Amino acid sequence: MAAPLTLLLLVAVTVRAALFRSCLTELIAERVEVVSPLTAWKRGKGAPAAFSGGVVLTPLIIYLFHFLVDYAEVTFMLADVITAVALYMAVADYNKQVFRKQKYALEADRYPLDCLELIRSPKEMYYIPLKVAMFYLLNPFTILCCVAKSTCGLNNAIIALFILTTIKGSVLLSAIFLSLATYQSIYPLTLCAPALLYLMQRQYIPVNFRRFSFWWFIAQYAFMYLGSLFVLVCLSFFLLGSWDYLPSVYGFILSVPDLTPNIGLFWYFFAEMFEHFRLFFLCVFQINVFFYTIPLSVKLKEHPVFLIFMQLAVISIFKSYPTVGDIALYMAFIPVWNHLHRFLRNIFLVSCVLLACSALFPVLWHLWIYAGSANSNFYYAITLLFNVRNFPCNRTNTKLRRRRKETREAEAVSRTERRHASGTSFRFLQLSYAKQTELH
Amino acid sequence: MLRQRTHVTSRCGRVMDRRRSSEPRRQDRVTVDNNNMGLLSDPNRRRALLGLLTRLNAPICVVCYMAGVAWFMGLAFEPFTLRTYMSENAMGSTMVEERFPAGERALATGREFAAHKKKTGGMPVDWLVRTMQARGLEVFTQSFSRTLPFPDENKERYMVKGTNVYGILRAPRAPRTEALVLSAPCNPGDENNQAVGLLLGLAQYFRNQIFLAKDVIFLVNEHDLIGMQAWLEGYHHTNTTGMDWSPLQGRGGSIQAALSLELSSDIITSLDLVLEGLNGQLPNLDLANLFYAFCQKIGVLCTIQGKLQRNDWDSVSGYSHAVQTMMLMVMKQASGRPWGDHGLFLRYHIEAATIKGINSFRQYKTDATTIGRLLEGMYRKLNNLLERLHQSYFFYLMPSLSHFVSIGYYMPAFGLLAVILLLRALDLWVQLMTPPPRTEDGVIDIEQSSPGVLSVLTPLVISHLTGVALYMLPVRFQEMAVEHFPVSETEAVVLTAIAVYTAGLALPHNTHRLLAGEGTEQGWRVLKLVAVLYLAVLLGCTALINFSLGFILALTLVPVAAFVTPHVPKVLSAFILVILSPACTLLFSVFFFQELQEMPVSFQDGWVLYLSVISQGILDHVLYGSLVYPLIALLVYPCWLLFWNILFWK
Repeated sequence: MAAPLTLLLLVAVTVRAALFRSCLTELIAERVEVVSPLTAWKRGKGAPAAFSGGVVLTPLIIYLFHFLVDYAEVTFMLADVITAVALYMAVADYNKQVFRKQKYALEADRYPLDCLELIRSPKEMYYIPLKVAMFYLLNPFTILCCVAKSTCGLNNAIIALFILTTIKGSVLLSAIFLSLATYQSIYPLTLCAPALLYLMQRQYIPVNFRRFSFWWFIAQYAFMYLGSLFVLVCLSFFLLGSWDYLPSVYGFILSVPDLTPNIGLFWYFFAEMFEHFRLFFLCVFQINVFFYTIPLSVKLKEHPVFLIFMQLAVISIFKSYPTVGDIALYMAFIPVWNHLHRFLRNIFLVSCVLLACSALFPVLWHLWIYAGSANSNFYYAITLLFNVRNFPCNRTNTKLRRRRKETREAEAVSRTERRHASGTSFRFLQLSYAKQTELH
Repeated sequence: MLRQRTHVTSRCGRVMDRRRSSEPRRQDRVTVDNNNMGLLSDPNRRRALLGLLTRLNAPICVVCYMAGVAWFMGLAFEPFTLRTYMSENAMGSTMVEERFPAGERALATGREFAAHKKKTGGMPVDWLVRTMQARGLEVFTQSFSRTLPFPDENKERYMVKGTNVYGILRAPRAPRTEALVLSAPCNPGDENNQAVGLLLGLAQYFRNQIFLAKDVIFLVNEHDLIGMQAWLEGYHHTNTTGMDWSPLQGRGGSIQAALSLELSSDIITSLDLVLEGLNGQLPNLDLANLFYAFCQKIGVLCTIQGKLQRNDWDSVSGYSHAVQTMMLMVMKQASGRPWGDHGLFLRYHIEAATIKGINSFRQYKTDATTIGRLLEGMYRKLNNLLERLHQSYFFYLMPSLSHFVSIGYYMPAFGLLAVILLLRALDLWVQLMTPPPRTEDGVIDIEQSSPGVLSVLTPLVISHLTGVALYMLPVRFQEMAVEHFPVSETEAVVLTAIAVYTAGLALPHNTHRLLAGEGTEQGWRVLKLVAVLYLAVLLGCTALINFSLGFILALTLVPVAAFVTPHVPKVLSAFILVILSPACTLLFSVFFFQELQEMPVSFQDGWVLYLSVISQGILDHVLYGSLVYPLIALLVYPCWLLFWNILFWK
């Protein structure tokens, strides 16, 4: 299995190296879809230590590039490779667990007959990690991000390492990487919910508010997380000798002062808005990212890895300065649930819209900025469409939630009359999941 | 409130019941074909719709195509179009009084200019500088040079060297932050002398007026578009095409609008307005409105595409006249080349148009004074602008100068054609998702359902490589071709392009079989799905930037994309495919264009014209950055090759 991965890495690195040498680099690095003010390399390069003006990179990244400024291309390629390998290992590990559970369930004869086709063969699962790595490395979005030297690639690497360490069950490393990701951009904070759920599942700690072990575990994790975050913040303070970076980085993320058009939802609204409503709507917009964590983790507490996927998608839609790199990260996870693809309702429509949007972004940008014949509404229309496209996976999920109640009935029914239990296909899904998790 | 709630819950309950009762039926179907669950899991209505769309796919496509064409033809019908109206307040409400008196003197200056031009054998730079200075302008010159990639046989030039002369009239009434441009090209031979004369006359007249709030730049550019390109690049400090020019010594404010004047006779019968710019870009409609309004006011005959406007829209000949006018605009826009010297201004957000004087055999004549008054009026209105022209439309077609069709009206015609592609893609998708009837051997089914990435990727890569070859080779290999064959450079370039194009037809379907083995039934479906979606996105983007080009390509490529399968009769379909290929579309367009201009050509002349159009297309790309040639070579042609590939799928 290592050989195809190596081959894939070689191909990916070759593509990137070739693009770095081509004349397209400059062009790509200016695309607003690929770089945001938070990730643009130009702002990082030669940045002064004081946080004034347009610099919105975190101090550690700037410090890092003090040393690596000559090897920037290698660093960004390396970041992509690390992400891919981490995702590969994480998914391989996760699949092993899924398979083990499935085997127990099969031996115990817990699956209803019509669920059998949802059971995944080892052959299928064998290629999934490779597919995940491929989806990440050969995704045009990732390649664009890497070629544009967007620090989004580094953030993705940190998040991928966080996922890997979480799935491997290492509490300390998971907390450290989560704090690093949070330090980079605030939003990965919401990933702590799935991480906690997963780690507890792994250590057989029941999610029960009355149990002491539950609270003790949360306290442990919180301590490690906050501790490492504190270290990072202090480290940045000692590097710079001032607290200026806190408002200029995190204030920048939260208060969205830069309204350069991007693929997100913020810029158009806040460009149009009256100043005295600004604070209110800022809260409304920002709360979106954080708020969905609660219902999602209540409903998906049995499937924390799926919850991670959902959270990544939610972050990439609602964060204040999204780029295509964020989308690439969650798209990499799609092959993991490939046995559920048949339940996606509008996959054809969704992929067509993705295709069309990706092509229309530069075209409408050209019409707006260069030709001057279109205007910002054209571009924002595509932005909206693009983000609506990102929703369907959420929709399957809300669907999941809605069916949750019915599932319990369905489970009861399945015991009595198994042949009739599989009403809609979502019940298949639910049943298989329910059966898998019944082991605990 | 309470009652309402119970009502709601009871309704929910009923819905649930219904759902439950439908379960057994559904499940039966699930057992019939297990893999078809993606569709069956959806609500009934969706399934019914999908069924309808797949069953009636072909008729719906035909209807859409007809409707698209009919819609497009309907655009020229006057009741369906809108009357033009001035949207810009600053130009609408104020009336100006034109007093330009010195038409005769301007013509005399023009004759003097002609004499000096003949004497120096090119642009009389010194004389121009002196004359402009005498009229009180700040005069500057800019020299430029450019070597064309291959000789331009139409205009007989290869190594171009020239000088632009421009004079700036500083605005007496306002800070000099904005400017207007009036330009006249200095053409070789006897052309356009009157335009330069009138330009100088206007300069002298404007010098003595106090109303100007914007700088007016009077520009005489040599070597038409090349000179204009050099001047614009110098003015805006950009260099996109690698031309050598000396930096500009004097500059005005940011340019708001520009007019280019072409005038080759002392008296004219009508004025023609040319709008089409680089890549099919059009100036704001208000500029055309302004021109039309002043022509009406002063009483000058005005045309667009050289066609007068007629009032008998309800007769057949009146309608066909409007169609002709609109089709001429569509063809010109689709060509993507600037049809006047104004064409390059549009790239810099400057609204610009060319005004051409036409002298035909009509009784009614207009003298230079009247044209001068018309220009004066237009400049005084433009002078009133408070912001850039942006109120009116940027995307429009004009069936006559007083009527226009906006983007909202013409896009449905394209949309109807594009929908065919989406319907075909949907059909293919459903076919791919539905497994073929099961044989006893399960293994074959599985193999058939996974066509493999290679069998799709190989044709894609090969056809794109052919496209890259078509883009690169003609200019690169002209020297070699000239050495080995008895042709001129220009011919070499064009013939190489045609050779690569034809070679591409033989190439892909031979190689992919070697690499990917036998193609499967599913394989071509996947390839066709990819190709159809590719074409849809490509045409959609093209139509947004340049509607006419997108529409003409859609008109020919959509039928190809819709009907091609490996199972249609080979020879006939191959013939149709070639007829509808981009190159043949261009050939037909050349004949059609000549027909529209009422200058039909024989096949021989048409062929020569076709070759020169190709060389002009390549030159436009290299010199001015027109996008049509790369678009055709790098994207449209490979996409068409994919369909060619599907036809010969084995």
